[in-house]
Amino acid sequence: MISLADLAAIRDKMKDKVVIREGSAQTRVVVGMATCGIAAGARPVLNAFSAGVQREGLVDKITVTQTGCIGICQYEPVVEVFEDGKEKVTYVKLTPEKAERIIKEHLVGGKVVTEYTIGANQ
Amino acid sequence: MVRTHVLICGGTGCTSSKSEEIMKVMEAEIDAKGLSEEVKVVKTGCFGLCALGPIMIVYPEGTFYHSVKVEDVAEIVEEHFLKGRPVERIVYHDKGDDDVHHATSLSETAFYKKQKRVALRNCGVINPENIDEYIANDGYQALGKVLTEMTPEQVIDTVLASGLRGRGGAGFPTGRKWSLARTLVPDADQKYVCCNADEGDPGAFMDRSILEGDPHAVIEAMAIAGYAIGATQGYIYVRAEYPIAIKRLEIAIAQAKEYGLLGDNIFGTGFKFDLKLRFGAGAFVCGEETALMTSIEGNRGEPRPRPPFPAVKGLFGKPTILNNVETYANIPQIILKGVDWFTSMGTETSKGTKVFALGGKIQNTGLVEVPMGTTLREVIYDIGGGIPNGKKFKAAQTGGPSGGCITPENLDVPIDFENLMAIGSMMGSGGLIVMDEDSCMVDIARFFLEFTVDESCGKCTPCRVGTKRMLEILDKIIAGNGTLEDIDKLEELANYIKSASLCGLGQTAPNPVLSTLRYLRDEYIAQVVDKKCPAGVCKNLLQYKIIEDKCKGCTLCSRKCPVGAISGTVKNPHVIDPAKCVKCGVCMSTCKFGAIIKE
Repeated sequence: MISLADLAAIRDKMKDKVVIREGSAQTRVVVGMATCGIAAGARPVLNAFSAGVQREGLVDKITVTQTGCIGICQYEPVVEVFEDGKEKVTYVKLTPEKAERIIKEHLVGGKVVTEYTIGANQ
Repeated sequence: MVRTHVLICGGTGCTSSKSEEIMKVMEAEIDAKGLSEEVKVVKTGCFGLCALGPIMIVYPEGTFYHSVKVEDVAEIVEEHFLKGRPVERIVYHDKGDDDVHHATSLSETAFYKKQKRVALRNCGVINPENIDEYIANDGYQALGKVLTEMTPEQVIDTVLASGLRGRGGAGFPTGRKWSLARTLVPDADQKYVCCNADEGDPGAFMDRSILEGDPHAVIEAMAIAGYAIGATQGYIYVRAEYPIAIKRLEIAIAQAKEYGLLGDNIFGTGFKFDLKLRFGAGAFVCGEETALMTSIEGNRGEPRPRPPFPAVKGLFGKPTILNNVETYANIPQIILKGVDWFTSMGTETSKGTKVFALGGKIQNTGLVEVPMGTTLREVIYDIGGGIPNGKKFKAAQTGGPSGGCITPENLDVPIDFENLMAIGSMMGSGGLIVMDEDSCMVDIARFFLEFTVDESCGKCTPCRVGTKRMLEILDKIIAGNGTLEDIDKLEELANYIKSASLCGLGQTAPNPVLSTLRYLRDEYIAQVVDKKCPAGVCKNLLQYKIIEDKCKGCTLCSRKCPVGAISGTVKNPHVIDPAKCVKCGVCMSTCKFGAIIKE
């Protein structure tokens, strides 16, 4: 027999796993996953973002998804962050470690990690 | 870490177009690409857009794939899941959506935009075979709230105040039913909670879809009902023709028992409730409450006179409530979200939403849930996508064999229990069959009447004999032998059957005839006076004729005619004897000069 507290625990544990299906998130993190991106290591970056967003409980606000080639293959892995009412931010040459910092400072903290953006890497 | 959820419909419609196999192949393909840690495949209940099945939705983007084939799976995995490029070829687009690169997500489509999903809220969202996913969407919270914070009277008052009415068709206030069962026999040693899942209307499948897509909602609601009326045992009476629904109910009941959400001492409150399944063998009359209970008792499914009503003397002679699947599916949310939320939807007398099964001559065959008060025009044209092939709308049949037809002049009537009654139809369980200009209403009326003749249990004479006589009159009309008196006789008989039959089946059986007579009497008149079927459906009213000027007298048709109905001599125009003609059409297809027509 489970108690009301157990029920709430199951709900909270499962909620993060199904909230992704609401498709209501406003902010989009888009990872370039064309051949160039995959070759440069986009898969671990995508997984780092996906795991980070779920860990921080941001699944209902942020969608992590892939896209094809953005056209700047020399800068792969490329990740773009789209936020409502703000300008698009393009991060380049990412690694899972850099992704972690973006999650903490940008996605959670709201402050763009300027040194990883395309502007700082040209 | 899972980043993508692939929801594949496991309802009956999509299963019959191989969604099970697609799921297996997809899992293998995902595994082969090394994505099994990242992409999760979930089998869900019905999404509603059955015409375009098998349906697959990919989250977080919400990409909506339709008519997916096994051959498409490898491409979806490689292109979409690995490289992030949705396979546009099979992405759903609204009609007139010119931007081919715009992957329409589920909630943006015209089909879903006007819908309000309450009873179907978890269908197509959760895996119905996993109780944890139901719990994630606030499942069993309502039961917890009821058992720990509310008295049975408060539960009944809440349901009463919500204005929820029976979704099985009659629209009796659910709270009143519960209140009667609680109070009428105060010293009853046992009471029962029953669920009517004996969905029998041709074309209706909302109850099946709820049981397949969200079985726990019904289980939770029945436990709540048990607490409210003071019952410890429930029965779900479900058709044996619904194997997937039965399987998922069995799984759901087992999981609920394992968690202690059914059984003794639920949530440690001392409340006890258990649930059993009973299978119906497909008799339509067993959807009638007294017949259903008789069938659960193990007897032949026949209705009995009321009173005594089930609230006093129901199953095994004990006070019993019987509610429909869709009714129950509303209960947990009314408890959790409150009366104000529920009464904010709907009309003055009919609150909440209603699920309709769209069928017949309509673009988007499937399941839709709309707030009460939505017009038929919105359901058929905005959500249903209109009539295929640019045909004209003639009528919609609601309420199945117990209901009636709605004609173009009533397209803008807000749908609720009272309004449908007023225009001679009924809500029924929610089957909505659309007919276009090619449908013959006499033929449709005959179809439903034949169904009730077949399904009449035979206990009372008006239904057993009366409906049979009505069918004979209709057959006579369709055969071209009808008279105007026959129409009057049909109407008179229909009214007798309506008032004298024992149960709902007989009382409503004449409705399809009465309502077509009321709105489309012209078609009956055309059949008895002009001996013509305006829609060209009724074979016996078609006449094959030879146009004298065009016939060269080649004798080909007379040689091909299997019944020797064509006579004439060489090089002289031939004639068809209508008394002998069997309307096989062979003559028309053999004539080289286009001299034979049918009218």
